[in-house]
Amino acid sequence: MDPAAGKHSQPSAGSVGIVTPQRMRFEEPLPLRCGRSIGPYELVYETYGELNAARTNAVLVCHALSGDHHAAGYHGPEDRKPGWWDNCIGPGKPIDTRRFFVVSLNNLGGCAGSTGPASTNPETGRPYGPDFPIVTVPDWVASQARLADRLGIERWAAVVGGSLGGMQALQWAIDQPQRVRHAVVIAAAPKLSAQNIAFNEVARQAIFADPDFHGGRFYEHGVVPRRGLALARMLGHITYLSDDVMRAKFGRELRAGRIGYGFDVEFQVESYLRYQGARFVERFDANTYLLMTKALDYFDPAADHGDDLAEALRRARARFLVLSFTSDWRFAPARSREIVKALLDAGREVSYAEIEAHHGHDAFLMPIPHYHRILRGYLARVAEEVGA
Amino acid sequence: MTALRPDLATISEWIEPGSRVLDLGCGDGTLLEHLGRTRGVSGYGIEIDDESVARCIERGVNVIQRDLDAGLADFDDDAFDYVVMTQTLQAVRYPHRLLAEMMRVGRQGIVTFPNFGHWRVRAQLALRGRMPVTGALPAQWYETANIHLCTVRDFEALCRERGWAILQRAMVDTRHRERPWMRLLPNLLGEIALYRVRRDGGG
Repeated sequence: MDPAAGKHSQPSAGSVGIVTPQRMRFEEPLPLRCGRSIGPYELVYETYGELNAARTNAVLVCHALSGDHHAAGYHGPEDRKPGWWDNCIGPGKPIDTRRFFVVSLNNLGGCAGSTGPASTNPETGRPYGPDFPIVTVPDWVASQARLADRLGIERWAAVVGGSLGGMQALQWAIDQPQRVRHAVVIAAAPKLSAQNIAFNEVARQAIFADPDFHGGRFYEHGVVPRRGLALARMLGHITYLSDDVMRAKFGRELRAGRIGYGFDVEFQVESYLRYQGARFVERFDANTYLLMTKALDYFDPAADHGDDLAEALRRARARFLVLSFTSDWRFAPARSREIVKALLDAGREVSYAEIEAHHGHDAFLMPIPHYHRILRGYLARVAEEVGA
Repeated sequence: MTALRPDLATISEWIEPGSRVLDLGCGDGTLLEHLGRTRGVSGYGIEIDDESVARCIERGVNVIQRDLDAGLADFDDDAFDYVVMTQTLQAVRYPHRLLAEMMRVGRQGIVTFPNFGHWRVRAQLALRGRMPVTGALPAQWYETANIHLCTVRDFEALCRERGWAILQRAMVDTRHRERPWMRLLPNLLGEIALYRVRRDGGG
């Protein structure tokens, strides 16, 4: 995507411009699902738009597996790429910052500034590494609720997220029913399938198997488990795309134009995956990747309610928008329909749209016109409701 | 805002205020929005068309995008007070199955369809030997979405056979006006049929 092109093609849909991440420190330890607690801890976040006087127009955007707080705009004039959901957040965009006050944060355990495995453990004076506690989606909701308290946001107009972010939106609606007016759950699932967990496990094993991993204490060895983390990302990437989009993008195209009968990069798709893997290593932490995939594996809001998702959702007070994409095979439309069915059984208000898209799971990040129209239409209603 | 289409107006008079409604093939959500605003009705629409789904969401109507031919397995027995289906029955693959599903998930069903027994339809087929094109059936045979057309008598026979009680019937023309003569000879003079039915013994 070329953000600059988008900026000029539609004058009403602008950028939030230059944004500066902020940092909030929480002294009181946060009790976690795993039985341990973390704290003091810090969360890094960004905000776009203005909180209105009644404080009713706040929207929380939750990030997916490898995301962070930088969802929209640029960090500086030299910045080449905008935030991960810039096509969706901004003045005139589906999440319209002329109406909403958007908050996006880096989750606890992340590696983009919030307290995570690479942070210094105050008890030892060394990086947490493998000692960082396992964090779960409910823990993130609890930590985000504390951030909301500090920002003076009693109730979110909407909690929005795709993939793991959509799972957080779902968990918010269940755990904090009074604090969520609308939950927008995109390309998510009510829990992972054995196949999903299997992919995550292979990704983790790739990291564990890297000799530079050092049991997660690689910081102290001054190395990074590059090969393992890149391998994990390559595997993930395959599952995010669809067969169609890969075929369209690469086919069986050869880099040198002819087969070399060897194990060097020959096919364009191999080169692409290696590039994606290598680039990922530059910005992501292996321990965080392990934590995030575990949070995905453990996600199961029904488990706390007798394995009955409808029972769990009966607590919710939010209205829901659930979206899926036809070519997403990581969290296929059938998984979203499970959420919709549970919402219907629980008598909750829900709309569901299945978006025709060939991009696979990654579709939730793409500016697909019909998808954006639905988000825009839904959120315009939310804005009216909260007087934004 | 323009006045509600008269057939939808009739339907909304048949629906008790405050009830729960499922609208199959809800289109752009006009009926549900009207029912929500004027009768405090809560409910969902089911619609397959992208454009219609987007319009529902834009007007704040709950809509579930899915194919009615896939059935209503997502809904429990008696989950709704009414299941409504306007001008959709004739376009689904297995009308009798979908009707049975309607009667399962709703305490009452409200159905409207173009009456294939209308005299104009009969005349075109009898006199010209061509597939009828009328106000209620405007498309040519090769491009119509309607694959299971029926007459008032056919529908009532099916209801009898399945043990569904007809609680109310109205016949209207294509401008959705009720005319007194339609009551006299509904199968001959009514262009669009509206029914309210329930399972026998149902509430």
